[in-house]
Amino acid sequence: MARKLPEINASSTADIAFLLLSFFLMVTTMDVDSGLPRMLPPMPQGEQETDIEVKRRNIFTVLINKSDKLLVRGEPMDVSLLKEKTKEFIVNPNNDPNMSESKEEDIPLIGPYRVSTGVVSLQNDRGTSYKMYMTVQNELVAAYNELRDELSMSVFGRPYAKLEKEQQEAVAKAIPLRISEAEPKDVGGK
Amino acid sequence: MATFSRKGKGEMPAISTASLPDIVFMTLFFFMVSTSFRETSLLVSIKSPEATEVDKLKKKTLVSYVYIGTPLPAYQTLFGTEPRIQLNDSFKSLDDIRDFIASEREALSEGERPLLTTALKIDEDTRMGIVTDVKQELRKASALKITYISRKKSK
Repeated sequence: MARKLPEINASSTADIAFLLLSFFLMVTTMDVDSGLPRMLPPMPQGEQETDIEVKRRNIFTVLINKSDKLLVRGEPMDVSLLKEKTKEFIVNPNNDPNMSESKEEDIPLIGPYRVSTGVVSLQNDRGTSYKMYMTVQNELVAAYNELRDELSMSVFGRPYAKLEKEQQEAVAKAIPLRISEAEPKDVGGK
Repeated sequence: MATFSRKGKGEMPAISTASLPDIVFMTLFFFMVSTSFRETSLLVSIKSPEATEVDKLKKKTLVSYVYIGTPLPAYQTLFGTEPRIQLNDSFKSLDDIRDFIASEREALSEGERPLLTTALKIDEDTRMGIVTDVKQELRKASALKITYISRKKSK
């Protein structure tokens, strides 16, 4: 007579299933890339020459050569100093005649504010490494972001990212992001 | 005569856990189905540069990717070791970028077209020459919103 088989204990299937579940829970990442958002200038229409006169003192030229060395306003500089120098150039706290001019403007929510007319001009060589280019871009954007944060902290008491939309627009108007990229030079070759 | 046996003497009966695996399996299947892996397989090796001032990409449907990097070892005999452009699933040349942007635009609805962002995923050792060429092409295609993909570095 066939003996009745003992029932297999199924209580551990739950554990196995949980193990699989937690594996998939961990592996499932809605992996979202992050990046540095920028706008490209529109392509000029036709052959018009657009020579906008900008005073020398209002341009903050940053050159990167093919061996990833920086030349800022004619002087070699280390990347670590770039952010501070950029901020100093834009704000121009001591009204240095060599740094950016500012125009008094009435900005909604903030009131009269000295808006800098300074432009950061970035030019790189075709041989510059992308890593260096990104580091410089990042430092320049960081300079602007820090200035915006400082202004919004002093006016609204909150960092720029946490402001209402109208407040953000006001701060962005007071400190406009002006980074212009010149056509790259091909000095070093590949 | 009916007799009621008083088993357990008033203790709570143990809750049956027999259906627990079913519930867990159901959850498991849900996650298995909803897990989507990277749609485009990279043909180039890319190590993104680090940056601090990064934003998360919003609205994935509005983002189209341009990859630039050195081809993976398997493709190096065919495509060499110089950085190449990858669009969708194949190596492309500079001239293809405009068509690529046009087709990406076509896929979006009328209202969303101006919001199209081009994400440039570029290896950090790439020289700026090819990057600049790509940027010029994007300007010609008037795809002006770009994002340089980078890894977030803590300050």
